[in-house]
Amino acid sequence: MPRKVDYDLCMSCGGCVGVCPFLALTLEHGIKLIVDEERCTDCGSCTRFCPVGAIREA
Amino acid sequence: MKDAYDVVVVGAGPGGSNTARVAAEHGLEVLLLEKRPEIGAPKRCGEGFSVNGAKTLGIKPDPRWTINEIWGANIVAPNGRRVSVRYEKQVGWVIERKMFDKLLAIEAARAGAEVLARSEVVGLVMQDGFVRGVEVERHGERLTVEAKIVVAADGVESKVARWAGIDSTQRLVDIDSAYQYEMVVDLEEPDMLDLYFGNDIAPRGYVWVFPKGKDVANVGIGIGGNVSTRTAKQYLDEWIAKHEPFNEGRIIEVNAGGVPVGAPLEKLVANGLMVVGDAAHQVNAIHGGGVFEASFAGQLAGRVAAEAIERGDVSEAMLMKYDREWRAARGEILHRIYKLRRAIEQLSDEDLNYLAEQLTGEDVVAFANGERLGKLAKILMKRPHLIKAAKELM
Repeated sequence: MPRKVDYDLCMSCGGCVGVCPFLALTLEHGIKLIVDEERCTDCGSCTRFCPVGAIREA
Repeated sequence: MKDAYDVVVVGAGPGGSNTARVAAEHGLEVLLLEKRPEIGAPKRCGEGFSVNGAKTLGIKPDPRWTINEIWGANIVAPNGRRVSVRYEKQVGWVIERKMFDKLLAIEAARAGAEVLARSEVVGLVMQDGFVRGVEVERHGERLTVEAKIVVAADGVESKVARWAGIDSTQRLVDIDSAYQYEMVVDLEEPDMLDLYFGNDIAPRGYVWVFPKGKDVANVGIGIGGNVSTRTAKQYLDEWIAKHEPFNEGRIIEVNAGGVPVGAPLEKLVANGLMVVGDAAHQVNAIHGGGVFEASFAGQLAGRVAAEAIERGDVSEAMLMKYDREWRAARGEILHRIYKLRRAIEQLSDEDLNYLAEQLTGEDVVAFANGERLGKLAKILMKRPHLIKAAKELM
């Protein structure tokens, strides 16, 4: 299952985009974090990185 | 926006704007793209910047961003012991990053670069093994723009280099997870930077208090991306709750971010592509500062881009001139600083307390610049369990 973004917590910092080994994350217009469900392997790197705990297991 | 440029720079942080300005000053047709609606915001930065750095870069201090003078630093060990250094002259500023970044982009525009905010690069145009341009999304439209050289200055969230086959992924072991408040709070020493170390305070990182005036501070934290199940925010909030007067501080801004603290990329160029700044992991791995490094690399990239285009050769072999010159000027020292980071992250709180007894503030500042590492190695050698860490420094 792909990861889920909690938009109430996400600060749109983009760090997770650089961390994701599968290029599965995009920060649209620098604002909205999108998970590409085809590419996400549920590895959890983004979740471990996130400074505010905004990315969760589905 | 036109259909074709000499150079398209992706990302208008200090790295991208310096690249764009220098390339435009050399007469190139330059397009500088920023996906965010506002250049400089949100900031993801502690906002420290040194006087020497500004001089080296030829950036004239401007009162719109040099908002607070810094004369020294207090480094605080886990047991509270303070190691301080106050210099006889001003050594830096805490800057207003939003204004700093915006003015760098304005300088790029004045030099002739076309600058476009809220224009997102969503793909590359590749042909015969060369990067030949970018796909841009702008206000609902998708456009193709040709470029002789594309500069990937797309920051910690770098993708452009990866699309071109350079693996700029930020590995968890080599990125810090950061969180930060700007707050109104009465400060004891508004001309000193404070840094708090400890594995319970900020594992593999530190808490910083960087004054932006007598009663305003940038208070933040960086922790290792792979070292904890707790978030950077949780660590910072816990530290603030325990420390007066910060627990009474009035929060006027909240930011988060990632700080690359690994070794610089092994290769900074490909056919038709140069990588600059956080995207190239050009950061001081000890203090996490990247403004100077990105700006320096960007200026160099701009000069080499001009030379390459004048010669009509944008091959990797030609662009390697940027890679070689950057490595000679900054790469070796940043690699040394990276090794120091790897050594220091092995230290327990007891080790850090011991170091604080042995070191002066000047020593610590020297270490952060990759100097006096022999002295540090000698001190670590005195503790048998740190001999391995010491040897890694040599």
